[in-house]
Amino acid sequence: MEEYKKDRAPVSQKPHIIEKPKNPEYIGGSVKIQLNEKELVVPTGTTILEACKDNNVHIPTLCHHPDLCVGGVCRLCVVEVEGMRTLQASCAFPITAPIKVNTSTPMVRKARKHIIDLLLSEHYGECYACFRNNNCELQSLAKEYGVDHYNFGHIKEPRFEIDNSSYSVVRDMDKCVLCKRCVRTCIDLQEVGVLEAIDRGDETHIGTFFEKPLSDVICINCGQCINRCPTGALRANDPRDEIWAAIDDPNKHVVIQTAPSPRAAIGEEFGLEAGHSLTKELNTALRRIGFDKVFDTNFTADLTILEEGTELLIRLYKALVEKDENVAVPQFTSCSPGWVKYLEHYYTDYIDNLSTAKSPQQMFGAVIKSFYAQESKIDAKEIVTVAVMPCSAKKFECNRPEMVDSGYKDVDYGLTTRELAQMIKEAGIHLPEMPKSEFDDPFGNASGAGLIFGATGGVMEAALRTVIELVTGNKVESIFENANILPVRGFEGVKYVELPITEVGPVPDILKHLVPNWDWLKGVTLKVAVAHGTANAKKVMEDIKAGGKFSECQFIEFMGCPGGCIGGGGQPIPTSEEIRRKRAEAIYEEEAGLPIRKSHENPHVTYIYENFLTEGPCGHKSHKLLHTDYVKRGEYIA
Amino acid sequence: MENTKKERTGKVIFSEYKRGGGIIKAVSMKRDEILFELKNSKLKGRGGAGFPTSTKWMLTAASISEEKYIICNADEGEPGTFKDRVLLAEYPELVFDGMVIAGYTIGAKTGIVYLRGEYEYLLQPLKDYLEAMRKDNLLGKDILGKEGFDFDIEIFLGSGAYVCGEETALIESLEGHRGEARNRPPYPVNTGYNGKPTSVNNVETLATIPHIMLKGSDWFNSVGTDKSTGSKLMSVSGDCEKPGVYEIPWGTTINELLEMVGAENTKAVQVGGASGFCYPKSQFDRKFGYEDAATGGSVIIFNENRKMLSVLKNFMEFFVEESCGQCTPCRIGNTKLLEGIEMIEKGEHTFTYINKLKDLGSTMQVSSKCGLGQSSPNSFLSILENFKDEVLNYNNGGDNGGI
Repeated sequence: MEEYKKDRAPVSQKPHIIEKPKNPEYIGGSVKIQLNEKELVVPTGTTILEACKDNNVHIPTLCHHPDLCVGGVCRLCVVEVEGMRTLQASCAFPITAPIKVNTSTPMVRKARKHIIDLLLSEHYGECYACFRNNNCELQSLAKEYGVDHYNFGHIKEPRFEIDNSSYSVVRDMDKCVLCKRCVRTCIDLQEVGVLEAIDRGDETHIGTFFEKPLSDVICINCGQCINRCPTGALRANDPRDEIWAAIDDPNKHVVIQTAPSPRAAIGEEFGLEAGHSLTKELNTALRRIGFDKVFDTNFTADLTILEEGTELLIRLYKALVEKDENVAVPQFTSCSPGWVKYLEHYYTDYIDNLSTAKSPQQMFGAVIKSFYAQESKIDAKEIVTVAVMPCSAKKFECNRPEMVDSGYKDVDYGLTTRELAQMIKEAGIHLPEMPKSEFDDPFGNASGAGLIFGATGGVMEAALRTVIELVTGNKVESIFENANILPVRGFEGVKYVELPITEVGPVPDILKHLVPNWDWLKGVTLKVAVAHGTANAKKVMEDIKAGGKFSECQFIEFMGCPGGCIGGGGQPIPTSEEIRRKRAEAIYEEEAGLPIRKSHENPHVTYIYENFLTEGPCGHKSHKLLHTDYVKRGEYIA
Repeated sequence: MENTKKERTGKVIFSEYKRGGGIIKAVSMKRDEILFELKNSKLKGRGGAGFPTSTKWMLTAASISEEKYIICNADEGEPGTFKDRVLLAEYPELVFDGMVIAGYTIGAKTGIVYLRGEYEYLLQPLKDYLEAMRKDNLLGKDILGKEGFDFDIEIFLGSGAYVCGEETALIESLEGHRGEARNRPPYPVNTGYNGKPTSVNNVETLATIPHIMLKGSDWFNSVGTDKSTGSKLMSVSGDCEKPGVYEIPWGTTINELLEMVGAENTKAVQVGGASGFCYPKSQFDRKFGYEDAATGGSVIIFNENRKMLSVLKNFMEFFVEESCGQCTPCRIGNTKLLEGIEMIEKGEHTFTYINKLKDLGSTMQVSSKCGLGQSSPNSFLSILENFKDEVLNYNNGGDNGGI
C-alpha cells in the first residue's frame, strides 16, 4: 500500500492540515491577522480557533477535542472571515494569508444558536435523567446560548436500542450528537477503528462493523471514546447496583482495592483541580460507605514486579545461556487489559511475548480469595471483591472466563473512578473533606514502585528499580538520583532506553532456585521501551515485525491508553494532555514522599513469599494464582 | 446516438471539432501560454459554482509535486441535469481531449473520470474510446511526439451519492472512503487526491477547452456576456414540448429558452436543479449567467397545473436523504425544513414557525460545511418567497383559498 494510505485511517483528517513552520520568525513563517479589531501576528497554519484561544477570545466548540485531529463537523465554532461568502469553522481554518476575523457578529451568533437548537431537537431524553447532567458539553452550550425552550421541537421517542452487550462500554445512540469524537478516537488516536458513521442524511448514526453489538466486534474496551464523548451517548457498564446490594448484604464480606490512578483523579469529580491525590481520604470514605476492607492495588503491583521481573530474568537466561530459540523476547507487559486485547486481536503471533503475570487487579482478586481468606478465616465464597480502576477494560478483564484461579471469580466487579465518585456522592460524602486513614492489613501500605504504575513508564521504572538491584546488588540510587528513572518518564509516544550492565552481584535468596549466578548478564546492554496508547503500541509492534530496533529490546512496557492508566477510560471527564500531566505529577509527587519505593523492599511482599507463595516468584503456586494465558483472537471475538 | 449528434447545434461546444485537434494545438504551446489563453477566455467552472478555470489550473500547476491529478467530475447528480451524459456519450473526444490538455498544462500524468454510478452503461464505450486514443498516441507516452508528455486516463465508477459531486467528497470517495466533504483549506489544488495537487473539473468545462485551444479566447469571448463568456449546455425538462440538451449563449433569458423548447402556461422555472432557485413568471426576463440566474445547467419547467409545495417537498426529501450527515446544519436543518413543508401540507403550520425556518435556511446557507447544505435551502427559500400565496394556502385549496 502507498505510504500515504497506510498512515491514514478512514475519515481521518490527519494529513489534510497545513503544517506550521518550524521557524515562524523567518520570512513567510508568520501572518498578520485582525481578530475582532485586534492586530496579531500568528505562525502560518495556526487555526483561527488556536489564535482565539491564545488571545482569550472564547469560541464555543463541540466536535473539537485537544487530543484529536480536526473534525469541522458540528459547525458551532463558525466565525466570519471578511471577504468569504460563508462562515468558516474556526477549528478547521488554518491561517495562511492576512485575514480579518470577526467572532461575534449577528450572523455568527444566530448560526451558533441555530446549531444548538438543531442538536437539541434530535437529542433524546431530559438532562435530569442523564448521568452526564452537569458535565455535558451540549448542556453547557445550551446554557451559554441561553436556550430556554426547544425552538425546533424535541424528539419524543427513542430511535435506537441501547447497546449494553459489552462488559465495558455502553452505547446509547439516542444521546449521540454525531460529533464523531469517538470515531476519531477509535480510528486516529487508538488506531483500533471499531466505530464509524453509517448511513447518510437523517439516518446517519455511529455504528460498528455490520451494526453488530459492541461485544461482537474487535473493540479493545479501552473506553477512550467514553472520555471524549461530549454527551451521555457513551458510558461504562455500571455495576453500582450490584455492589450496593453486596454491601447491604450482611453475609457478604466486601473488600475493595484501589488503584493509584483513580486516587489521583477522583478529586476532579468533587470539583478539585486535576492533580490532587486523595488516597487516604478515599480510604475513610470507602469504609464509611460500607466496604469491609480497603486494600491498596499497589501491593499486587509490587507482586507483579517480582513475578514479571523474575519471568523476564528466566526468559533471558533461557535465551542467552540455554540458547533456547523458542523463548519469546522481548517480553511485553500485560497489566493493561486494553493492550492485551489489542495484541490478541492484531498481533496474534506475539502472544508468547506477553508476560504471563496477571495484572495487579487480577492478582489481588486471586490473593484475596485465597491467601486473605485463609489468613482472616473467612469463607472465600462469601467474599466480594471490588476493584476501583481508572479503566473500562478492567471490567472485561475480571469477566474473562479464565480469571477464576482462586476457585471463585477472582474479581467480582470492576468499578471506574467515575462510578465510585457517584457511589460516594450517593452515600452523602464530600470526599475532599474526609479525614485521612491508612490501608487495611494484611497488605498495608505498598511501595512507591506500585504507585507509579499509573503513569506511562511507571511499570518500567518500577521493574528497573527491582531488576537493577537484584542483579547488580547495588542501590539503584547509585545510577539514578533518588531512584527516579527519568528517561522512562514523560508523555513522549514511544520511549527507548539502553542500560549497560557492567557489573553483577550475588543472586539474592529469593531467586536462588532459578539461576546459579548473574555472570551471563555481565556486559549485556539492557534495552527497554515504553509505549502508551495503542497507536504508539502499533508503531512499536510494526517495528518489531520489521526487525527494527525494538525487536532488540528485552522488555517493553505497553499501555492501552494515552498517558497510561491516569488517562484510562474510567477516569473523570474531560481529559486532555494537560489534565493527564497533572494527574501524573500528583502520582510522582505522592511517590517521592513514601518510605519504601522498591517492590522487593515491601515487607508485605516478603511476608507473602515466606508464608504463602513459598516457592518464590514464578513458583508453582504463583503460576496457579498469579499467572495466566491469553487467547489468539485475531479477527474473531471468542 | 450518431443521429441525434448531427442534430445538435451550438456556437461553442457543439461546433465543429476533430478529435485530437485541441491537443495538437496545445502541445505546440507553452504551458503558460495555455494558461494565459484560458485566463483571457474568462472560462468559469460549468458545474455550477463558477470558479475561474484558469485560476484552478494555475494553482495546480504552481503546486510543487511529482504527482498531480486531473479529475473529470462526471458524477452528474443534480436533479434535472443530464448534459454531461450527452457529452460523454456523444462527444467523448471533447471531454478526453480537454483532460489531456489539462494534464499537459498542470503537469499531471494521470487523469481520472469519476463517472456517476448510474452511467455504468457508458463505461465500456468510454473505455473502448480511451483504447482508441492510446492507439493514436493521444494517450500514453510522449503524446503526439512531445517528449516527456505522458498522460493516461482511467475511469472510476461512483456509488450513487449526490454529495460525491462535491469535489472534496469526490476525492474521498476515489480514495475509498466515505463520501464526505473535507475541510478546506487546504484546497484540492494543493492537497487533493492522495494528498497530491489535483484539479477537479466538470465534464462540460473540460469539453469547452479544446475549442478554446483551437479557436482562441477572442472567439470564445464573442459568445455570451462580458462576465459570463461562451455558452452553456442546458438540460431542459418538465412541462415543455421539446425537453433535451440545448446549447445557449450565456445571457439568453428564461423566456427565450422557454420559447425555444415549446413551453406553454409556464408557472415556474427551477434553475440550477434542486439546489437552485425557483423563478416565477415575473422574473422570466432574467438572463442565464453567473451575474444573474446562475446555473450548472438544469432547467425544470412547471406549468400552471403543478403544485409548488409538492415540487418543494420533492426537493427537500431529496436533500434529507442525500445529505452526507456529517455537519449539523445540513443533516438536521434539511429535516426541519422538510418537517415544515409537511406542516404546511397538513395545515398545521404557524407563520411564526415558517419564518423561523426561513431564518434557519439562511443559517444553513452560510454555516454548512459544503455546497450541499449551503445550497439545499435555496429552493425552500425561493419557493416560499416567490409562491408564498400558493404555498401557504395549500391546505385551503391553494391560490388564496381557491379564488
